[in-house]
Amino acid sequence: MEQLQVIPLQYYIIFCSALFSIGVIGVLAKRNALVIFMSVELMLNSANLLLTAFSAYSNDPAGQIFVFFIMVVAAAEVAIGLGLLVVVYRSTHTIDINVLNRLKW
Amino acid sequence: MEIISILLLVFPLVGFLITGLLQSELNPRHSGIIASTMIFINLILAVVLFQYVSTTNQIVETRLFDWIRFADVHIPFALTVDRLSALMLLIINGVGLLIHIYSIGYMHDDDGVNRFFSYLNLFVFFMLILVLSSNYLMLFIGWEGVGLSSYLLIGFWFKDHANNDAAKKAFIMNRVGDLGFLIGIFILFFTFKTLSISEIATQASLLPYGNETLMLITLCLFIGAMGKSAQIPLFTWLPDAMAGPTPVSALIHAATMVTAGIYLVARSSVMFVLSPVTMQVILIVGATTAVIGGLIAIYQNDIKKILAYSTVSQLGFLFMALGLSSFSGAMFHLTTHAFFKALLFLAAGSVIHALSGEQDIRKMGGLRSKIPFTFGLFIIGTIAISGIPPFAGFFSKEAILTAAYEHGKAMGILATFISLLTTIYMFRLLFVVFFKPTSTALQANHHVHESPKVMLYPMAILAVLSVIGGFVEFPKLFPGNQFFSNYLAPVFAKANALIPASEHELSHTAELMILILPMLIIGLLIFFSYKRFVTNKDLVDAKGIQKLIANKFYFDEIYDFCIVKPLSNLSVFLRETVDQTIINRAVNSIGNSTLFVGKKLRLLQTGNVGYYLFFMVFSIIAILFFNIIF
Repeated sequence: MEQLQVIPLQYYIIFCSALFSIGVIGVLAKRNALVIFMSVELMLNSANLLLTAFSAYSNDPAGQIFVFFIMVVAAAEVAIGLGLLVVVYRSTHTIDINVLNRLKW
Repeated sequence: MEIISILLLVFPLVGFLITGLLQSELNPRHSGIIASTMIFINLILAVVLFQYVSTTNQIVETRLFDWIRFADVHIPFALTVDRLSALMLLIINGVGLLIHIYSIGYMHDDDGVNRFFSYLNLFVFFMLILVLSSNYLMLFIGWEGVGLSSYLLIGFWFKDHANNDAAKKAFIMNRVGDLGFLIGIFILFFTFKTLSISEIATQASLLPYGNETLMLITLCLFIGAMGKSAQIPLFTWLPDAMAGPTPVSALIHAATMVTAGIYLVARSSVMFVLSPVTMQVILIVGATTAVIGGLIAIYQNDIKKILAYSTVSQLGFLFMALGLSSFSGAMFHLTTHAFFKALLFLAAGSVIHALSGEQDIRKMGGLRSKIPFTFGLFIIGTIAISGIPPFAGFFSKEAILTAAYEHGKAMGILATFISLLTTIYMFRLLFVVFFKPTSTALQANHHVHESPKVMLYPMAILAVLSVIGGFVEFPKLFPGNQFFSNYLAPVFAKANALIPASEHELSHTAELMILILPMLIIGLLIFFSYKRFVTNKDLVDAKGIQKLIANKFYFDEIYDFCIVKPLSNLSVFLRETVDQTIINRAVNSIGNSTLFVGKKLRLLQTGNVGYYLFFMVFSIIAILFFNIIF
């Protein structure tokens, strides 16, 4: 416990914010659907890290329990998302989101 | 006895249901027999009731079920048979039966025979409810019901739009009168807390003479009677109602429905006797209607229209009798009028049937030799209606004329004048149709044939009744019993007790004069009309005041201008401006605006995933941001 508390909490906050921002930029600026999925994972994991850090620093295990929930949700989401992406690729042979714009008015 | 009164209502209803519901399956020849059988059974029951009521002077009261019951309001469905109701029962069922049998012959090759007989039975059902009811609300049910049946029967040949218009006119004018009736019922209930006729009579007889509430009630009830019994100003529907089949005109518009108004006034005799203002109004309205109806009849050229205006005139005469407090006189003339007016209408139907549909008397003439039976019946009817002794009309008119002269000389002379008008138009009709040399239009027609026996026998029975029907009531001058007044005396006892003593008692010589003088004038009139109508080749065109009368005093045109046109314009205005422009636009614009917003919003769906992601992120940041600020 003391090892962890050697690193001040602010470092964790800044680091996780940076990770989150990288994730957001990845989601908005990338064209490859797989990369967008990875960026979403990155955002989720940054949130996980931050939750764990707060739970360690306030000695409340509830944060880490919540991390489990987020992991389960992330896993499920990935499963479905990748499954959809595979089906889309089989029909259209591309995963470029600029090309996949047929669901419009 | 109570069961008999209930059965009286059941049989016509059953007849209506059978012929009405099985319209398409029933053989046309059978519907007439079924309907007539129902009325025949009814007639037997009516005779039994009449026998009972006249011998024992008991009132048969039957209570069917409680209709309205809450708080103090207690209105049952109950039937009352007293001597007045029994008399009306005989008329309705008797004349009704004869007309049903006549219709079997008249309507036998029509498409809708089953429908016709179902409507006829329905009419009898409602009319019986009207005369048997023991409270005013149930009477109103019968009142409305006969109006409905009249509408259905006038517009029987509905494919022709003119018939529908006539039916609508009859019904709507009736409704205008019904408003008065309803208001009368409301005031009645408010004053007496009950609507039972006998209880109201008892309570009303304790009220003082000239009570204002009674005056209001009786005026409202009389407005209802004006609509139903075709008095001025609500009489223009009756001539138009001739668009229906002739048996309908005979039954409804001569013998029964139009007498409902008179029945209502006679039933409420106690209240009317205590309201001198209303009696004056009834007298004036009745006299005016009688004169105007009679004058118009002289200038009409359609057989049925002449008889229709004659009915209007006779109804006015009946209301005059009521206004003179001669209730049994009015009922007597009502009975004899039912006989000879039905006879005349049926005979007119026979003429029309013989000429295959021709109704214009200018195209008739010389039918005396071609259809002798009908001619004989028509002559009997004409003599009866003109009041020539010893036929029925003489006795019934005498009763009314005597009452008129007792009221005052002026009223007596007016009543005599009205009777003489009857002579003029009826003999004109007789002479032009039967005696005049055959018109050119008719000479080409070789199919003139006498009516079948099924039509002639009922007319013959009515003719016999028109001849002997008067002998139940001799004028006081002659020796002989007054069966009719004695029969109805208990019914009108309360009312007669409340009438103030008459001003002029007539001496014997005066009564003799009343009898003999009109006879001489009638003889002269017949002679002159023979010369005028049989020898002159054509009926001349009307000029001046004759033109006014020939155009029915422009009543229809005035109503059209003052009432119908403004209402039509209001209706068009409401439809065009208010409904289509304003309301339609408002509702449509709501729909249109929804479509507009949708059209603009759908442009957000670009299909570009990056676009969606951008919006998602942006919105989340915005929500967080606003949460922190506020």
